[in-house]
Amino acid sequence: MEQKTKVHAENGKQELLITREFDLPLGLLFKAYIEPDIVEQWMGTKVLKLENKKHGGYQFETTDPRGNKHGFNGTIHEFVPNQKITRTFEMENTPFGVQLEFLEFESLTDDTSKLTMHIVYKSAALRDQVMQLPFAKGINMAHNRLQDVVNILTYHDKAQ
Amino acid sequence: MNLRRDVFQAIADPTRRAILLLVATQAMTAGAIAANFDTARPTVSKHLQILTECELLKQEQNGREMYYHINALKMKEVADFIEPFRQMWDDRFNKLEAIMKNYQSKQ
Repeated sequence: MEQKTKVHAENGKQELLITREFDLPLGLLFKAYIEPDIVEQWMGTKVLKLENKKHGGYQFETTDPRGNKHGFNGTIHEFVPNQKITRTFEMENTPFGVQLEFLEFESLTDDTSKLTMHIVYKSAALRDQVMQLPFAKGINMAHNRLQDVVNILTYHDKAQ
Repeated sequence: MNLRRDVFQAIADPTRRAILLLVATQAMTAGAIAANFDTARPTVSKHLQILTECELLKQEQNGREMYYHINALKMKEVADFIEPFRQMWDDRFNKLEAIMKNYQSKQ
C-alpha cells in the first residue's frame, strides 16, 4: 500500500520534506491549521496564541505525563489562506534551535488535498537529532536491538 | 482483541525481539522457535502471529511444516531512522484527517 505520509531527507542535508495527501477538501485541511481549538485536538497541545497573519506569532504548550510544561513558539512570515504559511518553529529550552517551515497547501480534487512541509534546520547534524527525537518515547532500546538484527542480515548478504 | 498492528509496538516486546534475532540467521518452524523459550507454546504462537501481521516475518510452507523467515526488506525499513519520524507525522496527520471529517459531517 502506498504510504500517505512521505518523508524525504537526503543524507548530509540540513532540510527535509514531508508530504501528505488528505481525504479532505483544501478548505478543511487549511482550517485545521488556523482554528486554535482544532489545532489543540490534532497536535495534542494547548494553544496560548495563534495569530494567522504576516508578522503574527504563535505559542503552544504541552504538558508531559510528569506534569512538566514544554513550550513551542514561532513567528509567521507569510500567510496566504488555502495556499501557504511560512513560519519559524522553536522548542523552548532545548538545544535544537529555530527551524524554518514552508507549508504549502494545494487542492487535488474537490475532496482531496495535499500538504507539503519543507523544513530547514540550522545544520545537517541538528536535523538528524530532531528526526531521532521520537525515539525518546521508549523505542530507543528496541531500536538498538533491531539494528543488531539488521547487522546480522547485512552480514549474511555480504557472506553470500 | 483486534488492534491495528503497529510495527514499533511489535519490536518493543523483548520476546519478539529475541524471536527476530533467532530467525535472522535461519528459517525456523514454530516448534523450533518455541523450544528456545520457557514461555508456553500458545504465547510464542501469539508473538509469531503479531510479527507476521506486521510483515516482519513471512511464512512459507515446506512439505508439512510451516517455516518462518525474516522479511529483510521490512526490517531495514523499520531500522531506518526516518521511519519513526515518518510514523509520528503520519499518526498526527491521521488524527487531523479524522477530526476534520468529523467536523465536516457536523456541518
